[in-house]
Amino acid sequence: MALSNVLETPAAGFNFENAARNAALEGLFDGGQTPKPLKTGTTIAGVVFKDGVVLGADTRATSSEVVADKMCAKIHYISPNIYCCGAGTAADTEKTTDLLSSNLTIYSLNSGRNPRVVMAVNILQDMLYRYHGQIGASLILGGVDCTGNHLYTVGPYGSVNKVPYLAMGSGDLAALAILEDGFKHDLELEKAKELVRAAIHAGIMSDLGSGNNIDICVITKQGVDYIRPYQESEYKDDRKMKYKYRPGTTAVLTEKVVPLKLEVVQETVQKMDTA
Amino acid sequence: MAAAASMMPIYGQQISSKNDLVPDWTTQEVSTGTTIMAVEYDGGVVIGADSRTTTGAYIANRVTDKLTRIHDRIFCCRSGSAADTQAIAEVVAYQLGFHSIELDEPPLVETAANLFRASCYRYREELMAGILVAGWDRRKGGQVYCVPIGGMLVRQPVAVGGSGSSYIYGFMDSNYKPGLSKDQCLELTASALALAMERDGSSGGVIRLATISEDGVERRVILGDQLPKFSTH
Repeated sequence: MALSNVLETPAAGFNFENAARNAALEGLFDGGQTPKPLKTGTTIAGVVFKDGVVLGADTRATSSEVVADKMCAKIHYISPNIYCCGAGTAADTEKTTDLLSSNLTIYSLNSGRNPRVVMAVNILQDMLYRYHGQIGASLILGGVDCTGNHLYTVGPYGSVNKVPYLAMGSGDLAALAILEDGFKHDLELEKAKELVRAAIHAGIMSDLGSGNNIDICVITKQGVDYIRPYQESEYKDDRKMKYKYRPGTTAVLTEKVVPLKLEVVQETVQKMDTA
Repeated sequence: MAAAASMMPIYGQQISSKNDLVPDWTTQEVSTGTTIMAVEYDGGVVIGADSRTTTGAYIANRVTDKLTRIHDRIFCCRSGSAADTQAIAEVVAYQLGFHSIELDEPPLVETAANLFRASCYRYREELMAGILVAGWDRRKGGQVYCVPIGGMLVRQPVAVGGSGSSYIYGFMDSNYKPGLSKDQCLELTASALALAMERDGSSGGVIRLATISEDGVERRVILGDQLPKFSTH
């Protein structure tokens, strides 16, 4: 059976408790508006090339029509040889990838092995399926392990697809068009990086939810090259004013100093057992 | 396998966004609206499926492999929700593998089919999965079992499933005869799938075929331009 790689072994069989609970919660709102999860319109893409995997993402996080974060990091660290791009609800992708990363680290320490991409995918699939789609995370997992270079996508309901190239997020149609046109098996590194960059760029140009800079992450047997940003947006805003105020800008009218009287009430010494 | 009117409460629709930035189909559940087929012949079975997985109107994967290995000589064809069928297939593969190791002999196709039925029937309200279980064992040779939505189990010499199956019942009824050879079964399956893919929007891509017999599993793919053609208009 599996090593102790998770903090808590999930109960056997399917568990739809949370889906039932959520349905009950919906009832409590009595026809009013249920809180909607924050979605980050996104473009993420991944390509398997000759020596490894290239992952790319834009850096815009939106909260409805406002850009909440212009330099959001959508490529998450899972393990030294596996990275994950996340689209969907920002909090969900962040937490899910964090949990996965922790689990895999524990497994690595326990077993002395580097985690395999397929193991990460299985853990994610289990987790997302158990929550029956309530965790809004669409993830692209890419990595290199002893069995080769792999690229997987995991949907919010827990479905897994293994593919040589793909794009996800609100800008995926535009990005996929570029990938479908330019993808070949066993691309060289520079061509692969350029293909992913062009794909994300298409997503940024054609989708309102994606924008700002492009991050690229190259994973090979030799190591990881996380280039953040790979390409900066040509529409950087030029702030004319500075918002830092030097000390003394606000005049001090009065000053009153009250010393606090502290006295030692109790002192305990605990000796450490050093042998 | 009749197209079922599912009475299952649809939990999937809750993450819906009025936000225009995110199109509708990103929040739809991934479904293998599908055509799958399995035919028994003397000495084994032929199984086939299309390769399209959709999320709403978007094709999430156009080269899906819906023929999933459960054991050395037992496969299943998946239709319905992609997540549900993948999960069930994994659970059954584990249970069957364990059972086979305990028994120290290859498992029966009927056992696999019953394991599918057990999961599909117990969780029938929450799952949306239509599965064809097919394989070869030493006791009864090639067998095809149908486990549609709801969790029924029935053995049939030839079975079709998925959203595209409704278009090929007539073709199947008129062209299937007991006692076909392996190659005739392959041709029948390929033609049926091609016809269904032509008419059903949720089926398409390539045709994946597999033959399971005592000697093993032979897989092949019929690409888009090599599909059997039927009409010129």
